[in-house]
Amino acid sequence: MTAPLLELNNLKTSFKINDDYHAAVDGLTLTINKNEVLAIVGESGCGKSALAFSIMQLHTKAKVEGEINYEGENLIGAPAAKLNALRGKDIGMIFQDSLSALNPLMVVGDQIGEIIYLHHKKGSKAERKSQVYDLLEKVGIPNIEKVYNQYPHELSGGMRQRVVIAMAIANKPQLLIADEPTTALDVTIQAQILELLRELKEDMDAGIIIITHDLGVVAEMADRVAVMYAGQIVELADVYTIMENAKHPYTRSLLNSMPSADQIKDKLHVIQGVVPPLNRLPRTGCRFQERIPWIDASAHEEHPELREVAPGHFVRCTCHEHFEFPADQKHA
Amino acid sequence: MSLVEVKNLKVYFPIRSGIFRRVTGNFKAVDNVSFTIEAGQTYGLVGESGSGKTTTGRAIIGLNHVTGGSILFEGKELSKGRIAANRDTYKEIQMVFQDPYSSLNPKKRVLDIIAEPLRNFENLSKDEEFERVQELLGIVGLPADAIYKYPHQFSGGQRQRIGLARAIALKPKLIIADEPVSALDVSVQAQVLNFMKEIQKELNLTYLFISHDLGVIRHMCDKIGIIYKGRFVEEGTADEIFENPQHIYTKRLLVAIPDTNPRKREESRRRRKQINEDFDRLSGQYFDEHGLAHPLQAISKSHAAAIKGV
Repeated sequence: MTAPLLELNNLKTSFKINDDYHAAVDGLTLTINKNEVLAIVGESGCGKSALAFSIMQLHTKAKVEGEINYEGENLIGAPAAKLNALRGKDIGMIFQDSLSALNPLMVVGDQIGEIIYLHHKKGSKAERKSQVYDLLEKVGIPNIEKVYNQYPHELSGGMRQRVVIAMAIANKPQLLIADEPTTALDVTIQAQILELLRELKEDMDAGIIIITHDLGVVAEMADRVAVMYAGQIVELADVYTIMENAKHPYTRSLLNSMPSADQIKDKLHVIQGVVPPLNRLPRTGCRFQERIPWIDASAHEEHPELREVAPGHFVRCTCHEHFEFPADQKHA
Repeated sequence: MSLVEVKNLKVYFPIRSGIFRRVTGNFKAVDNVSFTIEAGQTYGLVGESGSGKTTTGRAIIGLNHVTGGSILFEGKELSKGRIAANRDTYKEIQMVFQDPYSSLNPKKRVLDIIAEPLRNFENLSKDEEFERVQELLGIVGLPADAIYKYPHQFSGGQRQRIGLARAIALKPKLIIADEPVSALDVSVQAQVLNFMKEIQKELNLTYLFISHDLGVIRHMCDKIGIIYKGRFVEEGTADEIFENPQHIYTKRLLVAIPDTNPRKREESRRRRKQINEDFDRLSGQYFDEHGLAHPLQAISKSHAAAIKGV
């Protein structure tokens, strides 16, 4: 087997709150291979985006520990010049918030052109412009000439998102990190963008990390799925296992709470409570315990570990063995 | 009589150009849209961004001017005359906005946010007002001590409930919900949707539910109108739209929904490709020379689609 494209080893990203460091990503070990789509799923506040920013080394104030091995080299503590050469070229990122990801003072066409220029430093302006046109067309933007000369605030959310995607794939990255790439988009455009990501994967053998809370997108795109809760992976398996035979209560709750166009449920499942804030995360025992209070405390482990329950299927904590949804679903 | 009857609604925005900014044309955001909403039901307006679904909702509540056509609410004409003249009617129509982070004033306490419509329409003493707000918080399932808190102290789902409490404060008949859950996580989304269904029964509310998320629409709506470039392309009951779509645009929307079964991936990819080809090939049949939908033709009693010569 070839070496993985990216290997995260016991990654820990901590933020300082009132003089103390609290881990938002807490001891994460994960690999991504070439030509693979790994989906990371969880609610807001579970550390998905903190993880993405850690891989890109974009945190300025956080403490990042562990190892991020990209093609065998650890990115943590790597010199800025090396990181700059990787970011935007070998590793592309699609940001969630397109308005703040774009420069408000520059027309979008030039912003995309800049990314190409920065990593190649050659080619005429006209050549770059035609490259940008190609990219804009690829992401499905109509009126390319007009959009090229528009500023981010003049574009709708969906259009801006497509510009951000064009920037991320401009240099044909080997690894693409997509942080909620289609959350703000209409279904038809979403289908288009997902198709585009698939092509990128197939044509260039790229590895894609897709961060999302939309399980439909996961089912469409992912090869493997990592479910994250409170900074940890609680379940990791291939997409078929996750969608058909999920074990962890959190994964099952997420699957149950999704409204679907195929089947009508009278009531959707509601996960009790909320993801606790970073400085009040339970650090001992099962972190999901307080959100399934009807499950007996003895079902949980004291030090929950990610265990392989079937080949390639990892689940944290023993609480999944006895987990049942309550008969009368109370709505908090 | 239907609760709301929208007939040939038109909302045009002028396009100005030249140095004198003269009106040189009209952007037809909503172009000849007609539909009715029955009391106690949920009507879903579906479309992509820019299709005119929000403009339609805003026209009904009087936030957009109306260029032509009529909006009848309980038989009363709303589209003509000044908003102030219909003040009492507008009391019956409330709105829930998309983004619970920007639709609540961060400088106001929950008490002031929820009491604002009460202060506008009802002359209550401080104590009565306090009591009403507490009652409303109870209905939306927020703790009584929330009353002196500020919006930032709540999670997204809780904030959307504050928005709902504000919307039901005047005991309206119609609530226009414009993408009420699209800014929320799935688990929180479930909470808000369940809750909206619950209070609909309790308070006998009618919803106009505007969304681009077809899963949510299916879950919530009795009747659905699909809108494209300001015109309806199809209208029918939820089952008719989802099980038996007629218009190519509706079909394209439906196949674009991600399938939650990963084993059907290739199949839905193929279907998507097929429908997209059909869409390009058959556009002459489904759209006129400007790329706009034809007038709706009835297929059955409740189902209509914009297909020429049915």
